[in-house]
Formats: sequence, C-alpha cells, structure tokens
Amino acid sequence: MKASAIIAEDEPLLAEGLRGELAALWPELEIVAVAGDGEAAVAQALARRPDIVFLDIRMPGMSGLEAAQALAEDWPDHEGAFPLLVFVTAYDQYALQAFERAAIDYLLKPVQQARLESTVKRLQAALAARSGTSPANELGTMVERLRGLLGATAGAVPVVDAGEALSVLQVGVGNAIHMVRIDDVVYFEAADKYVRVITASREHLIRTSLRELVPRLDARQFWQIHRSTVVRADAITSAEREESGRVTLKLKLQGRPEKLVVSRLYAHRFKAM
Amino acid sequence: MTSTDPALNDSYRWRRFATRGLRTEGSAVVIAVCLWALTGRAFGVMLVYSVCISTMCWLFIDGGRGIVASWTKAKPPHDRSVASRWPGWKWMLAIIVVGGLLGFTVGNEIANRLTGLDSPGPFNADSRQMLFVLVMALVPALTITYFFQSREVIATQRAEVETAQRQAAEQQLKLLESQLEPHMLFNTLANLRVLIGVDPARAQHMLDQLIAFLRASLAGSRASLHSLDAEFARLRDYLALMQIRMGARLSTRFELPPELAAAQLPPLLLQPLVENSIKHGLEPHVVGGRIDVSAAREGDVLVLRVRDSGAGLADAAGGYEGYGLAHVRERLATLYGERASFTLAPAGDAEGGTLATIRMPFETARNGSSNGVPP
Repeated sequence: MKASAIIAEDEPLLAEGLRGELAALWPELEIVAVAGDGEAAVAQALARRPDIVFLDIRMPGMSGLEAAQALAEDWPDHEGAFPLLVFVTAYDQYALQAFERAAIDYLLKPVQQARLESTVKRLQAALAARSGTSPANELGTMVERLRGLLGATAGAVPVVDAGEALSVLQVGVGNAIHMVRIDDVVYFEAADKYVRVITASREHLIRTSLRELVPRLDARQFWQIHRSTVVRADAITSAEREESGRVTLKLKLQGRPEKLVVSRLYAHRFKAM
Repeated sequence: MTSTDPALNDSYRWRRFATRGLRTEGSAVVIAVCLWALTGRAFGVMLVYSVCISTMCWLFIDGGRGIVASWTKAKPPHDRSVASRWPGWKWMLAIIVVGGLLGFTVGNEIANRLTGLDSPGPFNADSRQMLFVLVMALVPALTITYFFQSREVIATQRAEVETAQRQAAEQQLKLLESQLEPHMLFNTLANLRVLIGVDPARAQHMLDQLIAFLRASLAGSRASLHSLDAEFARLRDYLALMQIRMGARLSTRFELPPELAAAQLPPLLLQPLVENSIKHGLEPHVVGGRIDVSAAREGDVLVLRVRDSGAGLADAAGGYEGYGLAHVRERLATLYGERASFTLAPAGDAEGGTLATIRMPFETARNGSSNGVPP
C-alpha cells in the first residue's frame, strides 16, 4: 500500500533509524520529510499533507503533544484527511496510559521491530478503512481522540485550587510594576515567549509562557479556547457557530471589535444548555 | 519529610504520654512497698494512697509541663524538633513543687474517701508531718521527672538519628535518579541500537562511554574526592553520549591546564551543572549550542566554570534551580564551608546562555587536604 509519512524526531540517528526500519517493513511508505522540532513538524505536515506523522514527544521548542494540538487546530477543513498520528517516546509513565485510553498509537524507544511491525499493520488497516469515509469524519474522530489525550495528560499536572489561583498579575512597565487584578483580565493570548494580557481598558505583556500560566489560573473562571488563547468565561457575550462549524466568541470589550476564534479542540464547550 | 517524622506525630506524643502514665503507676507500687516496709501498716491501704497521690501528682506535673511549655513555646533541651514540649528546668522545679503539693492534696483526699481513713493532707498537718509529706511527694516527683526527661531526650535523639539516616538514603536515591534519568538512558540505548546496525565500531565506542558513565554514577558518590583529571574524563564520557544523541546541535569545549589535573574535588561535582546546561540550556533551544567546561587557578582558589550558549536563565522553563544544583551547594558547604562558593548567572556576552561558577580551595592529593581521603 502506497502512503506518505513525516518523522518528527530531534535526535538525528533515531530519525535515520526509524526511517530505515520503516523502509524494511513498509517499502511503499514514502518519508516525505524529517523534522527536528515540533514547529517544523507542524509546518511540514500542513505543507505536505502526509498520511502519517511520527511524533517524538520531547523535542526542543514545541513538544510532540503540542505539535499534535497545533496540527489539529490549524488543519484546513475540507482538504485531505487528517494524518494518523503515532507518538514516539523514551519514557513517559503518564502519557502511555493516556495514549491507551485515547486509542492513539505510540512507540517506545528503543523501537523494537516486532512492535513497529504491529504498528505498521494497524496503520495500513486504518488507511484502508479510510477510503470509505469522508475527510471531515476522519478529522472529527481524531479531534475527539486528541481532546481525550490532551485532557488526560493535563490531568497529570497538578491544577491549583481556586484558593491558590493567581489573583493579581505583576506586570513590569518600565521601572514600575503594575498590579493587574486577574478579575479584570478579559483574555490572555500567547505571543512567542510572552503572554499578552488584555483587560477592558488596556493591554500588557508578561514574560511567561501561556503553558506556565494556565495551571495557575482558576479553570472554572478561565477557559482555554485555543492553544494560544485563554478567555475569562464571564467576559464572553456570545458564541457563534458558522456554517463551516467554526466557533467565534464576542467579548464584553467596549469599542473593540475583537472576536476570538475557538479551535475545534475546544468548540464542544460552547453548546446551548 | 516533616509529616512522616515520627517525633512530630500526634499519636506518637499520646503514646509517650500513656507510657509515662504506666511508668508512674509502676513507681507508685514501688513507693507503696517502701512505705509498707518502713511503717509496717497495711499494704492495701499504702497502695491506695500511693497510687492516688502518684497519679494526681503526675497529672498535675505532666499537665502543667504541657501547659507551661505551650505558653513559653520552649523545646526539649538538645532538640531542634518539637517532639515533646519541655519548659526548661527553672519552670519545671516550680511546676513540680506546685503540682506535687496539689497532687498530694487531691490524691490524699481521694484515697481518704476510698479507704474511709483520715490521713492529713499537706495543709492540715503539723510541721513534722508536713516535712515528711513534702519529702514523700517531692523526692519521687523530682526523680521521676528527671528520669522521664532523660528518656524523652534519648527518644528524640534516636528519632533524629533515624530521620537523618533516612534523609541521607533518600538523598542518595534522588541523586542517582537525577543522574540515571530514564529519558536519558532509554534515548541513549535507542541511539546505540541504531548504531549497532549502521556503525558497529562506533557503537562499541559509545557503549564503552555509557559503561564508564554508569560506573561513575553508581560509584561516584561513595569516594570522597578524586582528581580534576578524572572529573573531566567523566564529563567527556557524558557529553560524548549526548553528542551522539544531539548531533550537530551540541558542541563541547574542555579547558584543563595540565598543572591543575591533580586538583582534588568531590566526584561528579560538575555533572549536575553540565546536565542542567543540556536540559535547560540546549535541549529546549531548537538550534542547540555549545558547552564549555573549564578550570583555572587563582592563587589558592580553584575556579571551575560550566558555561552554555543555550536558552538562558530567564527562558528556562521550570527554572535552573532544581535538585541537582541544591546538591552542588550542599556538597560544597559540607566539605569546604565558607571557603567555597557557587554562582549561577547569565553568561553576560553576545552569545548569551548561562554561566555556572564554582570557587573552592585548590588542593592536591600530595599536599594533603584537611578533609581529604585520597581515592
């Protein structure tokens, strides 16, 4: 069976090794790209639309899990089926159970031939079954699984109690520190190594990543709606579902036309009661 | 740690309280036997008086001790924990006199009711009887208090020794866990597995380096000192392993002046610094970078530097100050005290990254260090 794949692995020997083993087990599988970090993997996958992506979990920059999330959020709606994902890890006691639960394939390093062989068979069977279904359904199933996976792995990280959550942000402005009440924040947006903090009246930059900030927020008050956006639930006036299935949020922000896009991973949060 | 310390536990405190009660009753029986032998009166009566008075004295004295200690917030002597509360001997003497008199009065009254006799209490007896009564009540009270107090000190010390031993064992385990981190180990083995297929000679070389690294990690913390030469060799093994894994993303530079090769230092002192540079400096950095390990001598001071050109302190997710660095500080403090220092700072040049600096006494095995056991 002909198919295409991308290998995302930061250790060059391991990438070569996997390519070699795959070539022996599945000669018709074409490796269209090898990426050394998560961002490159996402960019390559969006550009090449492979059938399969092998994702190492620990990579510099974006991790394999973050790359999977980015891919699921940015994958275009009607073009080609979402790739089958296979995670590769040396050691992750939490993640493995999460993969099992979410029915997502994974390989343990060092990758052993027998295990790789059964993975290859599973992938071939999944690709064969695909020809019957529509790409939209494929994407739906994958999103469902990733939701389970990301939710499950997030559960392994201790989440703060409402009492311990951040109540004030200390924002450096020149030589001064501005105290911004967390209740005044409308939404947070990731901006490279910073996070933009948007309040009703102004905008600040804090030097932290959204990944580090999110666990310190009260999850009932602040909802993640995209890998780079967290919004205060109170500040949302309405959520609109477009024909394409895309959900956008209107906010209580006077004089600003901002609408926030909800990624398909979080769209299920916005349903009528 | 504190929550599992037996000396700080409530139920432990109650158990010790009950033990003291039982011992008090034991000594009451002994006192009854003495009184019976001295006075020749009925043993049963002596026992009732002795038990009632001892119990009451104990309750007043032990209770008084607890109450006063919680006022004064004092701790048992020779004890840094708060295992059993001890208000100090000055307070204790006052408590014994007051508690003893009160205990005697109440205990005597109870015994009078029980036996139907009318033995006078300390406040309604003549002066000779009063003296006898005071001696009978206060001498045992003092003796027993002294006895219990020593027992508490011993028990607390024993608990402390046990805690210290357990902490040392946990430290050892944590250090080993940080060195033989599963991710590092399995990724290295995965690389080795690939190399065996494509380049057996290189695979063999890599395996030798892995063996040397494992041997050093497992044995390292046992030898007390080794030479800088040996230290650099271990770091070379480790970084060679990392270089096979990271390929072009990692380059290394070592600078060990030959006259410093024999300098003595605790084994694998620099290992956590190099691991940190990899983990927080280079691994998260997509383009990777370089690690420089260097040694220099400034008079009597040996200066060791580990520098990386990686992500830098501020960007290191989770922070640099993990277990490994705490371990470095601790080892330096134990071995050299004020004579050694450790700093971690931004590298401070255009290349960026982080610079870790250790300053410690320059000592060689020959000139004999004050605390050195040559390897």
